[in-house]
Amino acid sequence: MSSTPSELLLSWLLGRLPDAPKGWFEDQLSKIKDDPTKKAFDMCFAMVPRRLGKDDLALSTDELAAADASRTGWSPRYWSIDVAARIYLLIEISNDNTEPFVERFKQLHRTADVGELLALYNGLPLYTKPEALVGLAADGLRTNIKAEFQAVSHQNPFPSEQFSENPWNNMILKALFIGVMLEPILGIDKRANPELARILRDYAHERWAADRFVSPELWRCIGPFAEGVFLDDFQKVIDHGNDTEKKAVALALMSAPPSEGKNKLCVQLAEFDAALAQNELTWATIADEMLDNSLAVTRKMNFEVELKR
Amino acid sequence: MMFIDSHAHMLSRTTDDYEAMAAAGVVAVIEPAFWLGQPRTHVATYIDYLSSIVGFERFRAGQFGIRHYCTIGLNSKEANNEELAEGVMDILPRFAMKDGVVAIGEIGYDDQTELEDKYFRLQIDLAIELDLPVMIHTPHRDKKRGTTLSMDVCEEHGIDPSKVIIDHNNEETVREVLDRGYWAGFSIYPSTKMGTERMVDLLKEYGPERIIVDSACDWGISEPLAVAKTAMLAEQKGVDREAIRLVCYQNALDAYGQSGQMKEEDWLNPPAIDQRTVFEGNSILRGQREPRVEQPKSRLNMDDLIIE
Repeated sequence: MSSTPSELLLSWLLGRLPDAPKGWFEDQLSKIKDDPTKKAFDMCFAMVPRRLGKDDLALSTDELAAADASRTGWSPRYWSIDVAARIYLLIEISNDNTEPFVERFKQLHRTADVGELLALYNGLPLYTKPEALVGLAADGLRTNIKAEFQAVSHQNPFPSEQFSENPWNNMILKALFIGVMLEPILGIDKRANPELARILRDYAHERWAADRFVSPELWRCIGPFAEGVFLDDFQKVIDHGNDTEKKAVALALMSAPPSEGKNKLCVQLAEFDAALAQNELTWATIADEMLDNSLAVTRKMNFEVELKR
Repeated sequence: MMFIDSHAHMLSRTTDDYEAMAAAGVVAVIEPAFWLGQPRTHVATYIDYLSSIVGFERFRAGQFGIRHYCTIGLNSKEANNEELAEGVMDILPRFAMKDGVVAIGEIGYDDQTELEDKYFRLQIDLAIELDLPVMIHTPHRDKKRGTTLSMDVCEEHGIDPSKVIIDHNNEETVREVLDRGYWAGFSIYPSTKMGTERMVDLLKEYGPERIIVDSACDWGISEPLAVAKTAMLAEQKGVDREAIRLVCYQNALDAYGQSGQMKEEDWLNPPAIDQRTVFEGNSILRGQREPRVEQPKSRLNMDDLIIE
């Protein structure tokens, strides 16, 4: 039988921490067990980065595989030591039935700094009764802090598992709107839906009307519904887009339903056929190209890096 | 040259200010908890304010490549609302341990009332308990007496003067503050407290030891480039570069670095997690790529160095 996420987290932490912080952490854990009030927990939760540091957890391939075996879709690849330790603590109280976890989550959230926000949201797939936390997760997406938005949306199986269509669609649209990459959103293809395709088409037209750049990643969510007017947009990108945008349309067309219009577009994009066939052109490589071109890198809100056409 | 503005109420400042500060060489700012020009009437709004300065403002500064720290405290003006003050004192310990909190402050006296005195003392005790430095705001009125009183109270409570920064000094207060072993902050303000020329004269007279120059920029008329402008004027007037580095950078780092929450590597080589969350500096966002971002053009400029 594989280990539980909480067992894995603890073993990763204890295996990585030097003696002094490790001793402090173990000491805190027993204090929390002995203290029926919240004081020991709150103190430990607050002190974690000061005592354990903020280094990357830097999990090995085997450890990442163990994570996925323990809880399908769980992806702690980018977690740091402090985030992992805090999530371990949170899982423990989510297993405790004396007070609803939603209430504890809200209390901690009310006074959280950015590191604490990250832990609260990155841990979403690991708490018990996840369905009770949907509203809190959606709240996390209303933030202006990009890191908080990404803590819910990136490398996190929670949204695709728990969100109904409306919060899911809003998450994708807002990600595009604030310049957050779509590629790290788990379940993005599985959750494609016609309403989202319509919303994103309107959004793309709005951007074009203002002569602004449309993220190549947007076409990924339109692909499975790409018929009729959607294909007109693809033609526009083929006519006026840059190389990355054309590649994105070529990829999106792979999931489009068969049609004569689709075939006409595919012929125009034949230069990418070999790369597609050999898996050298994927949404991950599109994301890499975008980063290379700084399209996804903004230093402040509303500061747009326009692509030279 | 790199600068630290160790007293800047950035919550009240625009993105133009952040851009101009970054362009002028400011690498880090410290945002002391203060009042907002209008008194708060509920502890809940105070909680949200403290959340903003440990949260969104830290992130906002990071987008301009500036590291943001803060101090947590009940200011002297609002200490006079006893109901509010009691509520704030209850929640302070929770905020004082957040990431990037470098001191308890700004605290001290305004009208030098009994309530101000009570909460000033309680917060000095809290700082001692949490092993944090203290930032003291000296009163605008009856300044000399208020400054002396602040130091008397610190000594009565047994906090080491090397952990206390006395801010808003002037020619009348600086001698005693330095003689008693405290850090002496100078807020460079247009028209009221201390201008750049006066500051340069003070540097020539007292030297750089334990002197810290800051802008105290806030929601009033103030100058977010005050530290950089003071440095340039001082250089023009023949002050030694090392002395300028001390008063505009290193002394603030040494004083507030005693919290363990502020290190030079935070802006020179930040941990990966900070790069992904609160600090978009000149370092790497993903993999080993160097983001290529155009330098925004500033609407503020460094041409006029004299702040009077």
